Amino acid sequence: MRDAFIDCLVELAEVRDDVFLITGDLGFGVLDEYAERFPGQYLNVGVAEQNMTGVAAGLALEGFRVFTYSIANFTTLRCLEQIRNDVCYHDASVTVVSVGGGFGYGALGMSHHATEDLSIMRAMPQIKIMVPGDDYETVESTKYLAEQTGPSYLRLERGSVKLAAVEESNFNYGKARLLRPGSSLTVFCSGGLTEIAVEVADKLLKLDITLRVHSVSALKVMDVQAIRDAAEQTHGIITLEENTLLGGLGSAIAEVCMDEGIAPKTFKRLGLGDTFSSVVGSQDYLRHFYGIGAASLEKTVTTILGGVK
Amino acid sequence: MNSQQLAKSVRKHVVQMTSAGGSSHVGSALSIADLLAVLYTTMNVYPDDPSNSKRDRFILSKGHAGAAVYAVLAESGFFPVEWLKTHYQDGSLLSGHVSHKGIPGVEFSTGSLGHGLSVAAGMSLAAKRKNETFQTYAVLSDGELDEGSNWEAILFAAHHKLANLTAIVDYNKLQSLRSTELTLALEPLVDKLQAFGWQVIEMDGHDHEDIKKSLAADSGEKPKFLVAHTTKGKGVSFMENEVLWHYRSADKVELALALEELGE
Repeated sequence: MRDAFIDCLVELAEVRDDVFLITGDLGFGVLDEYAERFPGQYLNVGVAEQNMTGVAAGLALEGFRVFTYSIANFTTLRCLEQIRNDVCYHDASVTVVSVGGGFGYGALGMSHHATEDLSIMRAMPQIKIMVPGDDYETVESTKYLAEQTGPSYLRLERGSVKLAAVEESNFNYGKARLLRPGSSLTVFCSGGLTEIAVEVADKLLKLDITLRVHSVSALKVMDVQAIRDAAEQTHGIITLEENTLLGGLGSAIAEVCMDEGIAPKTFKRLGLGDTFSSVVGSQDYLRHFYGIGAASLEKTVTTILGGVK
Repeated sequence: MNSQQLAKSVRKHVVQMTSAGGSSHVGSALSIADLLAVLYTTMNVYPDDPSNSKRDRFILSKGHAGAAVYAVLAESGFFPVEWLKTHYQDGSLLSGHVSHKGIPGVEFSTGSLGHGLSVAAGMSLAAKRKNETFQTYAVLSDGELDEGSNWEAILFAAHHKLANLTAIVDYNKLQSLRSTELTLALEPLVDKLQAFGWQVIEMDGHDHEDIKKSLAADSGEKPKFLVAHTTKGKGVSFMENEVLWHYRSADKVELALALEELGE
């Protein structure tokens, strides 16, 4: 997703002289083309994210469409108040980009695990939040946000995510994109966990289980109709996120259910508990270890459906 | 209105506004009255067209002295002086810490310290990249320099040779609880700022001619840092150099005394 984002930004900068990329001294080898081709629309501010975000607000208020870029929590938590006061309160057109959402930098340790960012950013007034589920959604999200005024947050996987047998023309901001049709249960997921949801859905076909899978790329605008349909047409809803359960995707969908009077037959949230990820390892390993991997999802599905039967 | 008259008006408004609102920071606002008065009679500003792209940008990073900014803007014609009576009142837009929402002429909202200089640097960089000629000014407090984010911005502005940026520190040497030197020593401040690559000029922050001369000084390719030696509470004898007036506002008797000293 990182490369898809940068490639998209290069294309945008080719036709727009207001697009401006600021990095907090990260992006080795991936920002070179952008930096060389658009030096007037590029800045490496050094390892100084508070200043990066303040400078971004200043540039945006003077007419630039700014993207701040770093990994994991550095673009968000380190400079949270700058995002709140300088960017959001001023409705500044800054997109905060975090690469390596969740366990993308799994072996690097807790400091590099972005596992609360979505909850925290969800609480931020006026900011749009996008968590693309694959490279296609990454490009569409980037293009969409570049056209918007005001603040936004874009959380990206470090690696590429390409989903098999999925339509790539149905991106619609605020709509839960259908990745697999089904009537057994519905999985709403965000980010690179789409890969796991699709993998499990395909595997369970052998058991005559059809898992409906939606990618929820916009976390501030919930697709109420898709949630209502899931509740009415399938045996329940599972949410899957690489983020704490405290305030992320699962919380957002639960809120919609309560607010809209939607009562799914079963409801289960898969995400991280109220704990730090002190174990390290590959992203796959950590997803498995913390209960958001394929095995956990599969077990959750079969357990729920076993109960239904 | 000349800068001396403007400063006097700002001071009167500030003591009245903070007294009526029972709000803090009257000492901080009085400390920068002369700086603001000179700036708003020197900068390119357009009271009838506040967002004119040619305007110079001004950010009060020490947002707690917002009453002084509201006062100088009202007296400069950005909005009716009557609005000042709503400061700190229920339903008012004129918050204790300066806010831009619905208030013509306020460039940027602050209140949490250590934000303004980075934003000002971003505006200065934008002007450079777009070949625009406006200047950007940021007024900081001395206690505010405790915030590490300022030093990120100080490194940044020098590195990018933001000669169109002027930072002014209101160096009254008193912060929230006691003196800056006893809290977190800034000295030798001038040496520090010079070592960071800025053109540094010390001035008397209450001497209008000195302020004008310092604002006009050429800094070559460097950003300019004006170290304004000031007195917290300046203009009201019993408020001067007293940390109490970082918190207290004048009661009716004190207000009358203050206004008398300020020449009413």
